[in-house]
Amino acid sequence: MNPMNQPLLQVRGLKKAYGAIQAVGGVSFDVRPGEIFGVIGPNGSGKTTLFNSMLGQITPDEGQILLHGQDVSRLGPLELNRRGVGRTFQTLQVFGKMSVRDNLIVAAQEHRGSLLSRMFAPGDSGLGARADALIDQFHIRHVAHKKAGELSYGQQKLVDIAMAFMSEPDLVLLDEPCAGVNPSLVGGISTLLKQLNQSRRGSFVVIEHNMDFVMDLCHRIMVMVEGQVMAIGTPAEIRANKQVLDAYLGS
Amino acid sequence: MKKAHVILGIAALAAMLVVPGLLKNYGIHLFTTWLVFIIATMGLNLTVGYAGQKSLGHAAFFGIGAYTVAILLKAGISFWIGLPAAALLCFGVGLLLGFPALRVQTIYLAFATLGFNTALWLVMRNEEWLTGGTFGINNIARPGLFGFSLDGNLAYYYLVLAFAVVLGALLWGLLRSPWGKAFTALRDNPIRAESLGVDIRSYTLMSFAIGAVYAGIAGGLYASQVQFIDPATFTVGSSIMMYLMVVVGGPGYFFGPLLGSAVGVILPEWLRFAQAWYLFVFGAAVVLLMIWLPDGLLSVPERLRARRQSREESAARAARAATHTPSNGGQA
Repeated sequence: MNPMNQPLLQVRGLKKAYGAIQAVGGVSFDVRPGEIFGVIGPNGSGKTTLFNSMLGQITPDEGQILLHGQDVSRLGPLELNRRGVGRTFQTLQVFGKMSVRDNLIVAAQEHRGSLLSRMFAPGDSGLGARADALIDQFHIRHVAHKKAGELSYGQQKLVDIAMAFMSEPDLVLLDEPCAGVNPSLVGGISTLLKQLNQSRRGSFVVIEHNMDFVMDLCHRIMVMVEGQVMAIGTPAEIRANKQVLDAYLGS
Repeated sequence: MKKAHVILGIAALAAMLVVPGLLKNYGIHLFTTWLVFIIATMGLNLTVGYAGQKSLGHAAFFGIGAYTVAILLKAGISFWIGLPAAALLCFGVGLLLGFPALRVQTIYLAFATLGFNTALWLVMRNEEWLTGGTFGINNIARPGLFGFSLDGNLAYYYLVLAFAVVLGALLWGLLRSPWGKAFTALRDNPIRAESLGVDIRSYTLMSFAIGAVYAGIAGGLYASQVQFIDPATFTVGSSIMMYLMVVVGGPGYFFGPLLGSAVGVILPEWLRFAQAWYLFVFGAAVVLLMIWLPDGLLSVPERLRARRQSREESAARAARAATHTPSNGGQA
């Protein structure tokens, strides 16, 4: 197969049960290079379990996850990150006592050199320019030297998202990037993600409950209900899907 | 902040160069002990303060260093071979003690390291053939350097000072390198750190191993300083005391161990006037300090800054409110 057409991420028949509860019951989908792929569904539909499997936080019972055609379903979060998978968390996860700039630098420094060589590397690991570029792109220049913990929630959210992009990952998984963010910033985050998608040809998988945000941002959307895929399609197709309307979106 | 660091460092160094020359033997002994504990707690500050690993076994490494140097000296091996050997041994054992930290954290890790300290103390006490048991090892020699004898108390003091400065500079360099950020990331949020490619396993182990090296070197220097060691110096109580020094000085502050060790080593001497009450006064002082300054003595500047900032912000808020009032006030 032509590598350009090969999906970046392939999920094949993924299953995960907690005791008698089948959280994810055989989910399959592809994410193409450069695609923004949305995952929506009601609470308890298995989105987070799916996400945690893709991130190496939990090991699936059955099925495969292929990244660049290689099986990564048994790898942990560290190995996945080293192979080019970045993520954000549902809650804020910045390093509060470090400056914003240092938060960005620490987010990529471990991708450079060996453990021993990093002992003798300069403090910014030669990543200063890359950090500054993201700082400007995210409009957080005025707080770049403040401690991340001292910023407002919205500013910390921006730092949090920027950190996921520092190591220039091929795939970024965003877990509810708009949770707790005020409406005026939601548009800003959407614009930023579109820019990053354009400039880096980055692929994203986004879980989000904000429907306007998802419909506007994503190229394709997967609807999950009770651990199963109900539909996969473009935003227009999903909006027009009667089954989805009944089960989730409402009329 | 950085300028303040440099000034503080130079002032402390100048005082440490000059003051002991004016002191009698006991004062020099006290200053040397202070330096020895600065070296040991610099290592503990790395493990506990920067990397966030709660270790209550630091005195065990201090003991390994002291006994290694003393035993090798008794076997006729030079101090200058014994001290690196002590450091190397502590690195290895420190690495091993790091493994429990990959499984357990916080108070559970503290108990695991405390158990390690107790086990090592029992070895020191019971293996008489090696350690001299409860009688310890006496008449430990002091080293010479390039033909100069360091037998004199002041000369030995300057040797320990040189070690403290060099080891301090190395630690400063390490903390300014990417490792420093990785340690802080590990302490503040290990799950996030791992998701960013930080190998938390390696950094956890290294924080123990490097911390242990500092304790080992301090222990080796201590053995030649006091020339007599016995297991009583390396108990869990000593580990707790070192932990206290780090916490009182300010964990995660580079100069925290400098102040913390002063509180642990020199303050008790000042409190001698209290005689039988000295421990009570010391204990009460520590309790009060922890209530007022839970982040240690060196958190004072940051606290003042935060207070000034919130005062300024509330003043700005009041000013904004004042400018808004007239437009509303007219209608009220």
